Amino acid sequence: MPNMSPKKNAMPSQAPEVRAHNFDEVALGYDEATALDEAARCLNCKNMPCVTGCPVNIHIPEFISKIKECDFEGAYQVINRSSSLPAVCGRVCPQETQCEAKCVRGIKGEPVGIGRLERFVADWHNAHTDGVADIPETNGHKVAVVGSGPSGLTCAGDLAKKGYSVTVYEALHTAGGVLVYGIPEFRLPKAIVKKEVDNLKAMGVTIETNVVIGKTLTVDELFEMGFEAVFIGSGAGLPSFMNIPGESLKGVYSANEYLTRSNLMKAYLDNPVTPISKGGRVAVVGGGNVAMDAARTALRLGAEKVYIVYRRSMEELPARREEVEHAIEEGVEFMLLGSPVEILGYRNPDDKRDPKNGTVIGMKCIKMELGEPDERGRRSPIPVEGSEFTLDVDTVVMSIGTSPNPLIKSTTEGLETNKRGGIIVEESTGATTKMGVYAGGDAVTGAATVISAMGAGKVAAKAIDEYLSK
Amino acid sequence: MYRITYKKSLNPTVTMLDIEAPLVARKAKPGQFIILRVDEDGERIPLTIAGYDREAGTVRIIFQIVGATTEKLNRKEVGDSIQDFVGPLGTATELDGLKKVCIVGGGVGCAIALPIAEALHEMGCEVTSVIGFRSKDLLILEDEFSAASDRLFVMTDDGSYARQGNVCVPLNEMFAAGERFEKVITIGPLVMMKFVVEATRPTGIPCIVSMNPIMIDGTGMCGGCRLTVGGKTKFACVDGPDFDGYEVDFDSAMERGTMFRDFERHAHEETCNLFKKSV
Ligand SMILES: Cc1cc2nc3c(=O)[nH]c(=O)nc-3n(C[C@H](O)[C@H](O)[C@H](O)COP(=O)(O)OP(=O)(O)OC[C@H]3O[C@@H](n4cnc5c(N)ncnc54)[C@H](O)[C@@H]3O)c2cc1C
Ligand code: FES
Repeated sequence: MPNMSPKKNAMPSQAPEVRAHNFDEVALGYDEATALDEAARCLNCKNMPCVTGCPVNIHIPEFISKIKECDFEGAYQVINRSSSLPAVCGRVCPQETQCEAKCVRGIKGEPVGIGRLERFVADWHNAHTDGVADIPETNGHKVAVVGSGPSGLTCAGDLAKKGYSVTVYEALHTAGGVLVYGIPEFRLPKAIVKKEVDNLKAMGVTIETNVVIGKTLTVDELFEMGFEAVFIGSGAGLPSFMNIPGESLKGVYSANEYLTRSNLMKAYLDNPVTPISKGGRVAVVGGGNVAMDAARTALRLGAEKVYIVYRRSMEELPARREEVEHAIEEGVEFMLLGSPVEILGYRNPDDKRDPKNGTVIGMKCIKMELGEPDERGRRSPIPVEGSEFTLDVDTVVMSIGTSPNPLIKSTTEGLETNKRGGIIVEESTGATTKMGVYAGGDAVTGAATVISAMGAGKVAAKAIDEYLSK
Repeated sequence: MYRITYKKSLNPTVTMLDIEAPLVARKAKPGQFIILRVDEDGERIPLTIAGYDREAGTVRIIFQIVGATTEKLNRKEVGDSIQDFVGPLGTATELDGLKKVCIVGGGVGCAIALPIAEALHEMGCEVTSVIGFRSKDLLILEDEFSAASDRLFVMTDDGSYARQGNVCVPLNEMFAAGERFEKVITIGPLVMMKFVVEATRPTGIPCIVSMNPIMIDGTGMCGGCRLTVGGKTKFACVDGPDFDGYEVDFDSAMERGTMFRDFERHAHEETCNLFKKSV
């Protein structure tokens, strides 16, 4: 008999007032009994609407059936057929707009907690297996992967399983892409990412950090070195700014810089080597996952007040629902329908050498109202004349998106990009306009999601295998 | 890990190191930079490439001991290794076809100016170099500049060596005497570059400056290195480090440069204390 409770089993979490001051993981995960109870809510629908909502079509009812049978490893194997990063995706996927949005149980109540069950299964697997993959027999072919984010790691893993000798080139000193420098520890513990990377190494994948493709080596040189195909998963690129006065003041960061300082450069630890503004009053501009992560990081670094300034309303806020709820619970204040027009700086009229000169002392904003929906159905914000107000803040974090990094394109002849700078690929294979070069993830789509980047890595791995088996 | 193959102290606060990094050495060009981390959990700092030996696979860096990280780097000896070394980053200084150039270096900036002077000299370009230091004990690379220049002016602020005054003095004299160059290339403290730009502006000679703002990744990901150039936001690590001096907003660059000064001073003291304790 299915469990007909209209509500999902709640996710055990650290209490908001405690977690707002530490960097430990917020959501603690289901135990076996809760997972079984939640699994029993799945009706095992014949037409499986949830599967169509999943960007990589995980066989969701099948893995949940395995949970019902207490075959947790079996459940993991079902997920693993379609996804290589279940412990990551179970934590960071926007399930409410994907699989869970399609769940029949969601019509009259809450959908099945598919993401929570995925996470349970992945954590169970990691805790109960030594995780060491079999080293596949080599097939003699060499493939290079550029970037070690979810798309690159997935492509490398799938190819290694087929016997390819794979080298991943990463510009930074640590592998993992956004998973290590962007998404904070309290949402995605770095140990999970490290385990995925270590698994790849155990399968024979070589990871070369400190290599910037386009600078240290070019794509053409990779071919000269004997690689027969190249996958580019170089990520979303350069952070955008608003081009309003005051953006170069001291105390203004891009979200990438702020989060990189905290995560990758470990400013969040007690004895940091990397400076970051701590405490004070912080405004984060933007409404995506990146903005939520920056706001919640600011709280944990000791800020006394944190605002999210977003130009549309709560309904349009693009961040994962759970992150928004967590942010509200932790005390982040949402200034919706507002947009900055100027960041105000301190200037001592009597002392040009005052070290405080050029520090942020506030942010002037204007109220917005929503106009008619545009062709994509999004209602665009229109400034309300005369509605300016000033937020009393000393740190501003800009989290308004990214534009592609031209580095690889400008050094690779024959690699075409679209108007927005994204690499052009054939969707079903990831093949670019240059022979033997494939691409996927944010470098192609612009900032998107971990699961779509992972999916693109899988598609490209399959296509590279077909290309090189010919 | 990247091994140190050569170390030389140029003056009490400036050190030169050659570091084994064959991939970087193969590609490096004057004007480009590297980013390094001394040890695990260390800070990432950018340093301009001061030379390279493609055959030996080594890259030369020259740095001033100003903070915790450069202090730690200075404690490394030949045979020791550093954790991370990535590059060459940024765009190379454009030197093609130049016939007559004036190079103006200040302080440790001279270390970055030297490979440019050398490259130009080798191309057969007429090189005039002006190098300036606060005082005699901070002087570096005089012989090297002398070898790479057709004309060399050495200046000290306090007059403790060579001629007294700042680098603009001989520059202004040359301009007043009607001397002209195809380009003025200046590298040094921000204030100095600002003054060199202002001295050059009336002549209309293109004036290239090399900016060294705060950086983290060096690949265009963080935006920490941004500058206002010609009213637009530019990232020094991808668009630079060389920029048209007439377009750079030096005042905001100088302000941003002091963003973490208190933190750095504190971290430097801590590191020094740590070293004192351990010896
Ligand atoms: C703060 C933050 C929070 C997010 N939260 C979520 C979330 O909750 N859920 C979700 O689904 N998605 C989230 N995202 C988006 C998600 O992380 C990305 O869509 C995903 O990581 C993209 O993967 P990727 O493999 O394309 O690139 P990335 O993860 O960006 O990795 C690219 C890698 O390539 C390296 N690289 C770049 N250029 C070069 C070069 N020239 N040579 C060598 N290496 C290079 C980079 O250093 C980087 O390591 C978030 C993003 C951020 C920034
Ligand atoms: S150093 Fe991060 S963008 Fe330039």
